Amino acid sequence: MKELSLNILDIAQNSVKAKASKVEILLDETEELLTVAIRDDGCGMEPGFLAAVTDPFTTTRTTRNVGLGIPLFKLASEQTGGSFSISSRDEKNFPLDHGTETKASFYKNNIDYTPLGDVISTVTVLIQGAPEIRWVYRHSLPGGEVALDTDELKAVLGDVPLSAPEVIAWIASYLEEQYAEAGGTSA
Amino acid sequence: MKSLAELAAIREKMQNKVVLREGSGDVRVVVGMATCGIAAGARPVLNAFVEEVNNAGLSDKVTVTQTGCIGICQFEPVVEVFEAGKDKVTYVKMTPEKAKEVVEKHLKGGKVITDYVVKDI
Repeated sequence: MKELSLNILDIAQNSVKAKASKVEILLDETEELLTVAIRDDGCGMEPGFLAAVTDPFTTTRTTRNVGLGIPLFKLASEQTGGSFSISSRDEKNFPLDHGTETKASFYKNNIDYTPLGDVISTVTVLIQGAPEIRWVYRHSLPGGEVALDTDELKAVLGDVPLSAPEVIAWIASYLEEQYAEAGGTSA
Repeated sequence: MKSLAELAAIREKMQNKVVLREGSGDVRVVVGMATCGIAAGARPVLNAFVEEVNNAGLSDKVTVTQTGCIGICQFEPVVEVFEAGKDKVTYVKMTPEKAKEVVEKHLKGGKVITDYVVKDI
């Protein structure tokens, strides 16, 4: 992946596929370290599958038996000296409190750090593709915070769908302005 | 600074249009957004379709959606166009520029761009 925001998009698609009703994408960034957490309340993974999920030959896809999403995200973090973890509670064993959390940290000054890139596109593509989900996005930067909660937008929008192109365009510029105030997306 | 009030204005403007949109979707543009698609550049392709369909005034007729792996990862980014009563058209190795062309010539003009199509899959 050329940008970390593409890995984030890819991992968050797993939450969509896990039929989550709420997905949180939380970025915490200092001068040196970027921590990314993607947390959902989807169906979760059973312990056996979870244990094998960082293996490229573990996948739910039906078109072939290779799945690279999680291994690529793990690699992107570990190649900077950062760490990766994934935890999950499956629906069968935890009917009232299930979901998955994927976390990775990245040392930004490492030569193998992949820039975050166009994270705003990642957020708008996710909302456009799954407007029924409650998306919570938060990025803490040294110069401020960028935040979005689609529940707040839905309260204003009423019957107008979140995925309407005018709304998606508004979300993009809403985030752009917040980033400008927080000192921009750092590479 | 963008405010929620601005979003409310969008709602006012759109409420009438939304009624029209119900029961539409004669044409579906589906972009493959699994790991293979994303790595190959599907994100800007999807954005281009959303923007261009809107710019062309086709939002009432054309729905842009996403799907997982279609199974031809070597041809990603892959975009499928479904139209009632017609065969599915599969565009391969897409770019935002090609997406714009597909909106103009195919979705608006009704002519499939055969150069970008892969056959028999």
